[in-house]
Amino acid sequence: MTIIRTENLVFEYRKDDESPPVRAIGGVNIEIEEGSFTAIIGRNGSGKSTFAKNINALLLPTGGAVYVDGFRTSDEGALWEVRRRAGMVFQNPDNQIVSAIIEDDVAFGPENLGIAPDEIRRRVTDALRAVDMYEARAKSPHMLSGGQKQRVAIAGVVAMRPRCIVFDEPTAMLDPRGRREVMDILLRLHRDGITVVLITHFMEEAVKADRVVIMDAGEIVLDGPPAEVFAHSDEIRALRLDVPLTVDLCDRLRRRGHDIPRDIVGVEEMVAYLCR
Amino acid sequence: MIRDITIGQYYPGDTPVHRVDPRLKIVITLVFIVMLFVTRDFLGYAVAVAALGGVTAASRVPPAFILRGLKAIFLILLFTFLLNMFMTTGTPLVKLGFLTVTREGLYGAVFMGLRLVLLIVGSSLLTLTTKPIKLTDGIESLLKPLRAFGVPAHELAMMMTIALRFIPTLLEETDKIMKAQMARGADFETGSILRRAKNLVPILVPLFISAFRIAQDLAMAMEARCYRGGEGRTKLHALKMGRVDAVAMAFTALFVALLILERVYAGAIRAALISLFLV
Repeated sequence: MTIIRTENLVFEYRKDDESPPVRAIGGVNIEIEEGSFTAIIGRNGSGKSTFAKNINALLLPTGGAVYVDGFRTSDEGALWEVRRRAGMVFQNPDNQIVSAIIEDDVAFGPENLGIAPDEIRRRVTDALRAVDMYEARAKSPHMLSGGQKQRVAIAGVVAMRPRCIVFDEPTAMLDPRGRREVMDILLRLHRDGITVVLITHFMEEAVKADRVVIMDAGEIVLDGPPAEVFAHSDEIRALRLDVPLTVDLCDRLRRRGHDIPRDIVGVEEMVAYLCR
Repeated sequence: MIRDITIGQYYPGDTPVHRVDPRLKIVITLVFIVMLFVTRDFLGYAVAVAALGGVTAASRVPPAFILRGLKAIFLILLFTFLLNMFMTTGTPLVKLGFLTVTREGLYGAVFMGLRLVLLIVGSSLLTLTTKPIKLTDGIESLLKPLRAFGVPAHELAMMMTIALRFIPTLLEETDKIMKAQMARGADFETGSILRRAKNLVPILVPLFISAFRIAQDLAMAMEARCYRGGEGRTKLHALKMGRVDAVAMAFTALFVALLILERVYAGAIRAALISLFLV
């Protein structure tokens, strides 16, 4: 079943009143399956973050339409239905935590939805357990590391029980350890059936998805399973994007005359292939 | 160094005083303040001091911690005391040049000084024993009926919550900016006060920009989590009155009754006390 669908999505904005409109997204058609894990990659200014904000109606399309679970984001009455179905985790962990106490922050979303206190308590407990932050529930955010803060932010979204979570470069401001923690949680949520859309510029993260979409200048350039997309490594390099380490290694080995299967993109698969 | 600043002056604990419902605690503090103005003599204050002493003991907050709060108002206290002592007309006691200390003046000075001290100690006991977050909840809940008159109760509480959340973040930011500028030779530690104040301007500009950026990000994150104002919002911690609150109410009623009785029968009590001492 499709959960997110865009129809010729166009998004334009003006820097100020006089300047001509800038086209951030120019006619994107995409369908995202429920329960899937899609990674969207692109350079700065490729429109990937703007696309993410169009999914949960933080930005509304200037042309075309976005549907989340059948609700059209530009319908005024559908706004809250869209947002409770499609949660969003942002880049800066500090700037998305509202309360000075962790569990109060996780409760913020459910409180906004008008859920009964007992049920909120249950959801907060579940959400904090889901991100392994239950022990820190009474602490203040400024006592936590970046990775921990980002996990609390994820718990705040999970507590709203969304069908889909859009991660807008959630690891960009974290150290390697925090990055790993957040990716582990993200993969776990995906296994539990939540649709994950990950906006990133880390190729190693994109490899873990079951679909990779590459955007450039507001349009989709490549779209498919990781093995298929990264097979176009020359095209990806031409867009001035990196390719995953494994893909790079395979390319170099092939150039030296080794015959390596095309479907290897992850580090584990590569290790398994080389050590066979 | 800048991170050592504590927010508010909450003294952690789990005593009955800490557990009293924040709404009730705010009301009790207000009642206490009103009663300080009802009483007219030292006997009334004796009751107030006894009550305050009892609550302080029950709260396990060290008295030194409470008295530290008085340091901030020491100048005001001194000013009130001197003004009352010299400016009241009545029976002269001592003459100091053109100033005269009167009997009534001395009485008034001690009386007013004591009232001020009790006022500060009473209200600081509220902030010492109540978590800022709970205090915010209490204020929101108490202001709710005033919404009909246009008091933005939820918005005020939300602002306080966010302020509490972001004070450490902004302090960290300030620290970062200061260090970045010190690394490039800025000097915040020497020179006259005026000079040092001037040197702070280059910190304030980036700090403001950063605060606005945070506000923008936060507003977006809040909207993404379905925030749409106080309408239709529920609360994780629903405030509930319990047994501790009943006890607190009983004590408050007793305190109010004692002070009113004291005021009504002040003359009779004084006569009784005098005769007691004369016997």
